[in-house]
Amino acid sequence: MKRRSFLKGTVTSSMLGVAASAGLLTPQSVLAAWPKAAFDAKTVDGGMEAALGSSSASESGDIKIKAPDIAENGAVVPITISTNMPDVDAIAVFIEKNPVPIACSYDLGATTKGFISCRVKMGKTSDLIAVVRSGGKLYSAKKMVKVTIGGCGG
Amino acid sequence: MNISRREFLQMLAVASAAGVALPGQAASKASIDPHQMYELPAFGNVSFLHFTDCHAQLMPIWFREPNINIGVGSMKGHPPHLVGKNFLRYFGIEPGSPEAYAFTHLDFVEAAKKYGKVGGFSHLATLVKHLRAQRPNSLLLDGGDTWQGSATSLWTNAQDMVDATKLLGVDVMTGHWEFTFGAERVTEILENDLEGHIDFVAQNVIDNQWEEDVFKPYVIKEMNGIPTAIIGQAFPYTPIANPRWMIPDWSFGIREDKMQDTVDAAREAGAQVVIVLSHNGMDVDLKLASRVSGIDAIMGGHTHDAVPRPVEVKNAGGVTLVINSGSNGKFLSVLDFDVKNGKVRDYRYRLLPVFSNYIEADPQMARLISDVRKPYLSKLNEELGVADELLYRRGNFNGTFDQLILDAMLDVQEADIAFSPGFRWGVSVLPGEPITFEHVMTQTAITYPTATLSEVSGEQIKVILEDVADNLFNEDPYYQQGGDMVRVGGLKYAIDPTKKIGHRITDMELNGKPLSASKKYRLAGWASIEKREGTPIWEVVSRYIRDQDTVRVKALNVPRIKGPDNNPGLAEA
Repeated sequence: MKRRSFLKGTVTSSMLGVAASAGLLTPQSVLAAWPKAAFDAKTVDGGMEAALGSSSASESGDIKIKAPDIAENGAVVPITISTNMPDVDAIAVFIEKNPVPIACSYDLGATTKGFISCRVKMGKTSDLIAVVRSGGKLYSAKKMVKVTIGGCGG
Repeated sequence: MNISRREFLQMLAVASAAGVALPGQAASKASIDPHQMYELPAFGNVSFLHFTDCHAQLMPIWFREPNINIGVGSMKGHPPHLVGKNFLRYFGIEPGSPEAYAFTHLDFVEAAKKYGKVGGFSHLATLVKHLRAQRPNSLLLDGGDTWQGSATSLWTNAQDMVDATKLLGVDVMTGHWEFTFGAERVTEILENDLEGHIDFVAQNVIDNQWEEDVFKPYVIKEMNGIPTAIIGQAFPYTPIANPRWMIPDWSFGIREDKMQDTVDAAREAGAQVVIVLSHNGMDVDLKLASRVSGIDAIMGGHTHDAVPRPVEVKNAGGVTLVINSGSNGKFLSVLDFDVKNGKVRDYRYRLLPVFSNYIEADPQMARLISDVRKPYLSKLNEELGVADELLYRRGNFNGTFDQLILDAMLDVQEADIAFSPGFRWGVSVLPGEPITFEHVMTQTAITYPTATLSEVSGEQIKVILEDVADNLFNEDPYYQQGGDMVRVGGLKYAIDPTKKIGHRITDMELNGKPLSASKKYRLAGWASIEKREGTPIWEVVSRYIRDQDTVRVKALNVPRIKGPDNNPGLAEA
């Protein structure tokens, strides 16, 4: 039941996020909701500015990033961002070393928990930066995810 | 069937009377008598026996421990990153003693002749029975890398090891190389063979689609009235280090949060003792132990570290013991807990080397092994050549057996440069001994053995070396994969393990000339994690050895090591 109601609350933004990170949607094919500027930005700061209105965020220990230390497949890296901060109305994820750093940006409703889960694409080893907007202010946390050639283990 | 202590002592007496205790046993310096080593009165009320990474070595073998096992950052100078004399000093082991032979590379050939082979499942079986007779209801834990590593395990599709571990009386296991038999075969073995005999546990393997557990995360077993949880931790980077296509629907990872949740769930379910049966590798175990609370002991493997004493790691919940039990059937861990009022009060621990000459073979296990080998004997025993010097693999960089494999690849495949994976398994061959096809298989028996040849630029070669070096020397163990450095033939280079990725590898030279970034080179390899069809590596190596009069390893191509001055993980070969 919980899982279903969660999906219902966030399905629109979630689908957009996944489709965008998988490269399935081109900006032209998406409706007006598409944050074009954010996906044109080539830097984390530019992407934050465009998606969240500011590039200044304070580091926070209240944001939890669940992501692999080493990606099993850089093309689909499962991640979960969660926070217990109050009044969260946006969560965005940036992959610093990707050509387009923004991976997804979610607008959350007033009754939604600060929780998103999706799969992102990573070209190479990079910091993954999660930004949360709580009470109108931006907070961030990061985690390094390694993308490796593989083999030779054991 | 348990044998009594008296019967065991009789067996030992017979063994020594039969002359298996080789000349020179009366060492000049005080040393532990191997016979006494196995007299280990039980302590407390909950006991675990643990072996790991036996790599399907059913027969007694030689296994030389590394002379290079560098620790970087906070790992420098701490177990398991100690070798040779530094190892002996740290653990208070007498040079020249049987234990020095078991735990270090020092005077290996001489000590091997003196103390004999190690391991072998029929000897291990006798030792297990002996210790279990003293410790009724104790659990036997198998840390994985059990089904792979020999010709017979490859040819029987792991059935020989499944049958042998069942006969040995393994209670709980986890895995790594087991998964290289493919998801279907693993599932089949669990259903047909292990069900009702051995619990296969792994809290960190979930399916990609629904993120649900693939295996039981843990089991609870009662010992002398005390509920004890065994949580499984499979090798976290199996789909990265080994072919993902063999287990396409399973996702691994360390999953530290889930580990904490699993420990909490086990405690809630009534467990008074919590053990993690781990295939993380020791550095990862040590970090995990500092961050997860409520684990009494991590009994680990993967990095093949034989560590005589547990490391006591403090964390929010108290202290967790981190134990690693070596490899190749060479060691058996014995951990005794005294549990009172729902808590572990005290412990005793020993890591026992399995000296094959001092332990009588168990007849039932010996029969199983001989039956397994019978159809393959002529193939296994084929003498390809004679070893001119000690052949071994284990260590951060090229061992002599690797060098032989690389020499073969360069020669047979007419390559400029050869790469051979930095596996930590593979037995040793003494100078003057025949190199059999079975020996070659202990170095190469995998389910994706194709020898490859590709045109690769100097720049790509540098990227590969940097990538593998980072998997070995990253300062954060969670970013390590636990293999050794890729073995390199033809190409000379220098490495500074203390640097960051992209800056460790320098001075790359081929035939006295600097490697060109843009030029393409013929690169021979094997064990590609992509699907490749072609000649298996053991055929390349066997062909080469057969063609030599005396098997002389060309110069051992160990890179010039920069940076770690006086690293206690670095000693002369």
